[in-house]
Amino acid sequence: MSHETVEAPAAEVPVFESEQDILARSRKAVSKRRRNIWLLRVGILIVWLGSWELTATYWIDPFFYSKPSRIWQRLVEWFSDGTDFGSIWSQILITVEEAVIGFAIGAVAGVILGVILGRSAYLADVLAPFIKAANALPRIVLAALFVIWFGLGLSSKVATVVVLVFFAVFFNAFTGAREVDRNLIDNARILGASRGQVLKSIVLPSATSWILSSLHVAFGFALIGAVVGEYTGAKGGLGFLISNAQGTFDTAGVYAGMLIITVVALFAEWGIGTLESRLLRWRPPAAGSSAANAIM
Amino acid sequence: MAPPLIELIGATKRFPSGSGSVHTAVRDLSMSVQPGEFVAVVGPTGCGKSTTLSLVSGLQPASAGRVRVNGEDVRSIPDGVGYMFQTDAVMPWRSVLENVASGPRFRGVDKAEARAQAMDWIERVGLGGFEKYYPHQLSGGMRKRVALAQTLVTSPKILLMDEPFSALDVQTRALMQDELLRLWSGSGAAVIFVTHDLDEAIALADKVVVMTASPATVKDVFEIPLERPRAVEELRLTEGFRSIYREIWESLRGEVDKAREKGVGNVA
Repeated sequence: MSHETVEAPAAEVPVFESEQDILARSRKAVSKRRRNIWLLRVGILIVWLGSWELTATYWIDPFFYSKPSRIWQRLVEWFSDGTDFGSIWSQILITVEEAVIGFAIGAVAGVILGVILGRSAYLADVLAPFIKAANALPRIVLAALFVIWFGLGLSSKVATVVVLVFFAVFFNAFTGAREVDRNLIDNARILGASRGQVLKSIVLPSATSWILSSLHVAFGFALIGAVVGEYTGAKGGLGFLISNAQGTFDTAGVYAGMLIITVVALFAEWGIGTLESRLLRWRPPAAGSSAANAIM
Repeated sequence: MAPPLIELIGATKRFPSGSGSVHTAVRDLSMSVQPGEFVAVVGPTGCGKSTTLSLVSGLQPASAGRVRVNGEDVRSIPDGVGYMFQTDAVMPWRSVLENVASGPRFRGVDKAEARAQAMDWIERVGLGGFEKYYPHQLSGGMRKRVALAQTLVTSPKILLMDEPFSALDVQTRALMQDELLRLWSGSGAAVIFVTHDLDEAIALADKVVVMTASPATVKDVFEIPLERPRAVEELRLTEGFRSIYREIWESLRGEVDKAREKGVGNVA
């Protein structure tokens, strides 16, 4: 601050580290850390897959447990020659389509109902026992019912996805809408906002961080719903592939299906994360968020 | 004399308190504010000063008595009222520009015009160049400036201020007080400024209303004959200021003591 105004003879002040030194050192530490983290990750992968490959080759029966090389083979086969039921891409597309449509319907319904109940304590009190009961219900079982109702096609899976996604989003939207700062609403009203404007410019943005954080979990549920729905009864999709692989004792096929679903989920996660950081630009960066982001 | 702009006649406000009884925040309160007048309301902490403002703003209806603004009974938020809250009420998800423009936008002004008005006020409160920032990127004092611009852009005839500077450090507070006087002078707005800081009340106001301990009612009203324009920090050192301070403090002290005894009683 003020040391620039103090006139001291330069020779008497020893300099141990210049600004460049400090910057270079911290840059070096960061890049070294990043490299080590990646090396360790690759190491873990090699040890894990290598030991699996070895044990499955020499000790345990790969018919039941499969092994990485066989799973890889199966993947290559699926992507080059297609599955027994047509191209792998069309199977992925079926599952993603079900998950996305169901996710959209469930999330929109969850947000709308969550915000309405969050703003109306009366309605929330009336409906509370029903919502709690519906949430306690093991909803995944409904997939069986939906197959009977809607058949083997798209709609039964979408229905399963909707009931799973809805509750995940609903509870967060509800909490977010209920916890809006009273002051912000009063301030907007004084500034001339109508009820609708208060909802649009105060309640929704304020609930957005709650809603967005629920979308991460909700898309996971959407994929689970789609896969379980297909597993229960379908004519295509990744869940159907896995179910079929199980039926033919093709353990490598089960693993390969799992792997593809994982990759799809990671892509979706990345998309939602991008959306979140775009919509929440206004939020102060939280301390330690980089470590949390790495996990979440 | 012109009819008062704001008039409270025997206004009382009761709340249901958590324990099943009824808490009286304001009792039989009568006061009036002329157009363009700066009135400061002082009283012990928690005595119901803020409730007075919510009655005038129409955010809460009175339980008894009358509250009139512009000669009409207050039933909803009256036209031309601005309100600055004690805590930050700027929208954290909107930039400074969008925050300040929100008042005109809510009132149906088109986007370009609202932004032009907002830019004008952002310059006037000294935040030029910060219009793209989000509130979390600003200091406490700067956020208060945003709130001030957000309120003033609607050109209110009545400005209600609820301890707006109480969370600021002493130097920033004095600076904001000067800014407030500068922006207020020439606006012709009537101000009700609630504070527990007697220094602040005297430095800013034409009239200081001393409230009693809870339930609040008017104890004394003091005219402040200090000349305008005022420079808050220098003003505090003048003999005139000190003698007014002593006079009002004599009145306020008894209520502060009462509030303290009550507080101790509640704790015990």
